[in-house]
Amino acid sequence: MSSVVSLVSGRALPLRGNDIDTDRIIPARFLRCVTFDGLGQFAFEDDRKQLTAQSKTHPFDDRRFAGASVLVVNSNFGCGSSREHAPQAIAKWGIRGIVGVSFSEIFFGNCVAMGLPCLRVSAADAEALQGDIERDPAADVTLDLAKGEVRCGKRSVPATMAEGPRKQFLTGQWDALGQLVSGIDEVRAAAKKLPYVGGFA
Amino acid sequence: MSSRTLFDKVWDLHAVRALPSGQTQLFIGLHLIHEVTSPQAFAMLRERGLKVPFPERTVATVDHIVPTEDQSRPYADTLAEEMMVAIETNCREFGIRLFQPGSGKQGVVHIIAPEQGLTLPGMTVACGDSHTATHGAFGAIAFGIGTSQVRDVLASQTLSMSRLKVRKIQVDGALRPGVYAKDLILHVLRHLTAKGGVGFAYEFAGSTIDALSMEERMTVCNMAIEGGARCGYVNPDQTTFAYLKGREHAPSGPAWERAVAWWKQVASGPDAQFDDVRTFRAEDIEPTVTWGISPDHGVGVGETIPAKESFTQDEWATIEEAYQYMDLKAGQRIAGVAIDVAFIGSCTNGRLSDLREAARVITAHGGTVAKSVKAFIVPGSEAVKIAAEAEGLDKVFVAHGFEWRNAGCSMCLAMNPDKLQGRQVSASSSNRNFKGRQGSPAGRTLLMSPAMVAVAALEGKVTDVRTVLQAPAAKAKA
Ligand code: SF4
Repeated sequence: MSSVVSLVSGRALPLRGNDIDTDRIIPARFLRCVTFDGLGQFAFEDDRKQLTAQSKTHPFDDRRFAGASVLVVNSNFGCGSSREHAPQAIAKWGIRGIVGVSFSEIFFGNCVAMGLPCLRVSAADAEALQGDIERDPAADVTLDLAKGEVRCGKRSVPATMAEGPRKQFLTGQWDALGQLVSGIDEVRAAAKKLPYVGGFA
Repeated sequence: MSSRTLFDKVWDLHAVRALPSGQTQLFIGLHLIHEVTSPQAFAMLRERGLKVPFPERTVATVDHIVPTEDQSRPYADTLAEEMMVAIETNCREFGIRLFQPGSGKQGVVHIIAPEQGLTLPGMTVACGDSHTATHGAFGAIAFGIGTSQVRDVLASQTLSMSRLKVRKIQVDGALRPGVYAKDLILHVLRHLTAKGGVGFAYEFAGSTIDALSMEERMTVCNMAIEGGARCGYVNPDQTTFAYLKGREHAPSGPAWERAVAWWKQVASGPDAQFDDVRTFRAEDIEPTVTWGISPDHGVGVGETIPAKESFTQDEWATIEEAYQYMDLKAGQRIAGVAIDVAFIGSCTNGRLSDLREAARVITAHGGTVAKSVKAFIVPGSEAVKIAAEAEGLDKVFVAHGFEWRNAGCSMCLAMNPDKLQGRQVSASSSNRNFKGRQGSPAGRTLLMSPAMVAVAALEGKVTDVRTVLQAPAAKAKA
């Protein structure tokens, strides 16, 4: 079902700013849907339109970064709602790995469930990487989950992920569903021990 | 046993087994779903040919896309109608209870589950919605999940999770008049920041929390997520039990006593160990209003908008963005900022006690909604609506120029016809002031208590509610 994710490499896209919330990643009006298909084109729609109106260019519209598969962000990325529409939009845009200082917990969990690794680096390293990419958009950025580092040109910086999810990616078990379902007998046994499940009878 | 926290006890009671990844397979006692985050999950089940083994442990409602004015079907918005049909079909096919508009049980998911006695102490609760933290008010461990995890719970009644650390937020003392649970949580967020709680569950405790009603505790836990904490909870006590007694799905008869005994056991022990403790004093809390673009950008209504230097340097870019987006300056007083729209509702503050307090403030003020303001009040559930009307609250609202609507999420996130236009400023009792949150990409949101929203609507600008509560006659308008 799922596959091993240990190395993600490709051109990158720097997106500066702390506390970028899921409402900005995918504005709520695009949640009126019953599938995730087609969400990619609406990633950061409002931020992009706003900058275009000011004759500026959002990184997602910047041709230098077209085709990027790695996203480099700052801290508390993906805060706000639990909507998986946000990482889905980013993934459907073509992003396969994210590097940042910190991620909101639910966002990170959603990414794990989708097989999209998010690696943490220091604030200084995130900014340095963003600077590297802005100077040389053709450079490849590599997320190395096995070694715990992110590389870009000559730069190599330590990168972390909580041990549990890291193992899930490295062993190809990031999609937990198969395991959860296979334990159904144990689940039933555990449920029996909870007094409320039986109505406190 | 007594040195453990409620979080740890509930976690251990629901741990099915350790997974090879090192995470825990955790049983979910109550799974709530709504129309926005569930259709893709059902599609994933169908793709893999999976069934729902515990359909009775999932409950569905519709809230986000439901119009609050004309609710006749099919909805004018065809996408909304498509989502309604999807949840109806999915619930029918998989045998899941659905509380529909008109049933008397529909409403915002985090309001209906507690009011029907579905949320109980010591449970694990999950929902594809970040404000699931609300249910922690009952001493449940409740967290928001994404759609792939909604699929996991539907297919297995479990989740793969890592244990959280627990931070105790100790609040002692009496809240001053005009200061509400909403102010308390905005105050906590302001001091612990929007990301300070990442990796933590927040246990709210202390004499202030003990004195809060269940509805107030829900307001506090609801916004734990805005502080980065995936869940927030309050230990169950007599207030909790009194609220639950007699509710439709709460235990009754001889089961009630057994339930209470079990609930008491799951509370944190008197010498429970926490990973961190932060303390606050209730007397320090003022009616609080957000001025910026993150729920931790709050100030007391008597204060001025803070200088960026009062934040850590890594926040400066965000703070400057906030000044610019909100068109507010450091040093400017928050009181007096003009508003265009006033919204009372949402899973944070759309309950009966919120509406009662708004009505009390409106009556004390005596005026009508300012000419420049559109003000509307949206009960969080059909049950809240019925109860409010039985007390005549709707008549108070309408007589003073407020619109009275049907239950739903409304302008909390504006996935329905209720939206800000252009650069309008709203005074909102909801939980998020993110850019564009209330339906207009340039719309601006000031978060505050329902009582503060009510007075802002009447005055047309941010106003200290205490001026109204202290001198009702003097404030009445001709
Ligand atoms: S009221 Fe707002 S925060 Fe609550 S569930 Fe609805 S949209 Fe989400």
